[in-house]
Amino acid sequence: MATTRALARLATRQAAVRPATSVFSRGLASVVSESKTSTTPDPAPSKEPKTKTFHIYRWNPDEPSSKPRMQSYTLDLNKTGPMMLDALIRIKNETDPTLTFRRSCREGICGSCAMNIDGVNTLACLCRIPTDTTKESRIYPLPHMYVVKDLVPDMTQFYKQYRSVKPYLQRDTPAPDGREYRQSKADRKKLDGLYECILCACCSTSCPSYWWNQEEYLGPAVLLQSYRWIADSRDERKPERLDALNNSMSVYRCHTILNCSRTCPKGLNPALAIAEIKKNMAFT
Amino acid sequence: MASQRIFQLGLRRAAAAPGFTRFQPAGRMVQRRLAATHNVSSAEGQEILVKQRLQRPVSPHLTIYRPQITWYASSFNRITGILLSGGLYIFGLSYLAAPALGWHLETPSLVAAVASWPVAVKIAAKATAAFPFFFHSINGIRHLTWDLGIGFKNKTVIQTGWTAVGLTVALGAYYTFVG
Repeated sequence: MATTRALARLATRQAAVRPATSVFSRGLASVVSESKTSTTPDPAPSKEPKTKTFHIYRWNPDEPSSKPRMQSYTLDLNKTGPMMLDALIRIKNETDPTLTFRRSCREGICGSCAMNIDGVNTLACLCRIPTDTTKESRIYPLPHMYVVKDLVPDMTQFYKQYRSVKPYLQRDTPAPDGREYRQSKADRKKLDGLYECILCACCSTSCPSYWWNQEEYLGPAVLLQSYRWIADSRDERKPERLDALNNSMSVYRCHTILNCSRTCPKGLNPALAIAEIKKNMAFT
Repeated sequence: MASQRIFQLGLRRAAAAPGFTRFQPAGRMVQRRLAATHNVSSAEGQEILVKQRLQRPVSPHLTIYRPQITWYASSFNRITGILLSGGLYIFGLSYLAAPALGWHLETPSLVAAVASWPVAVKIAAKATAAFPFFFHSINGIRHLTWDLGIGFKNKTVIQTGWTAVGLTVALGAYYTFVG
């Protein structure tokens, strides 16, 4: 190990010492040295701090008897990234390491950072910080969920409901060519707007019906996922899937309030999916 | 990171082993867990969850969600529906019971009673009937179209919602003050 590393170091030093003649400059991919170029300075920080206040829901499970509280933080937006998640991460890194929230991909594909920001459910990583510093931002966990800590809700029930709709291809007939289950372009198109769901639970927890009947009503996210398999031409359990939903609670607690479609950070339409399920149940 | 650590662990193990015969491949190290875990049955898991939930607060909902035409219209639809059907039931039942109780709820006596009210009371009574009635009726059309799978785009929902509110105000005001 040590000898190879020494050898490598020697090789690079030789390369640095090697004189770059102008004739070979192109061929050797040489670089104009920094002494001959101008320097671009670090952009001067703007003088005026743009201080914004964030009120964040806090609850610590280590003190279960204490009530949840709103804690305020101020941040200079000049030093903060553009998104709410940047603000949260900055608070956690620089001010208060006890602030707890879920986050992972920071680009709206994992669904971890779903929370209620300024009154609507969204992904913190896709939500811009409003630049109006006179307005204070309020961040809560997803509404009407059990809080594990601060902005982290307990999603157990949500995932159980997801599991209950059997979110996988169910099929008995083998593929005709023995290779893969094919579907027409038109059939594939039916899955657009359904397969993109990342199960962040923004829609389900924006639904007043889901707030009051979480134990029995499946909620928009899970119903959209259910419809994703009902609509799939390759799936052969459509009647069974519809049968499982055919009761007064699973689907029919949807009263077309439409908060779900309004809030979806991915621009999907769970309400339409639920309407399609209802139509399927009524007409097949 | 993780793979690096495993590699280092493997190296350390190899160095510590007093001979090649006891050398273990690095992949074996993955099995060593630093945190002890044990499986719980789903019943036990549920028990733990219930115990945890006794401690956990429910996050705020109705009071913190931003007022939007979607859920405000829906809740008003529910409220006006209860008012209208409740009013109808109360009037219907008292109409049934009127002869027995000696009340006068037949049309001519009602007309005469209302005619004797002061103007302000008349307007208030008409407004409490007209606005819920028109809102519930017009918003009901929205709900019927949704049941057919029509008009689910966010923009459409907002537009039809405010249209319903506007029509309610116009028709309600007309029947309160003019009709």
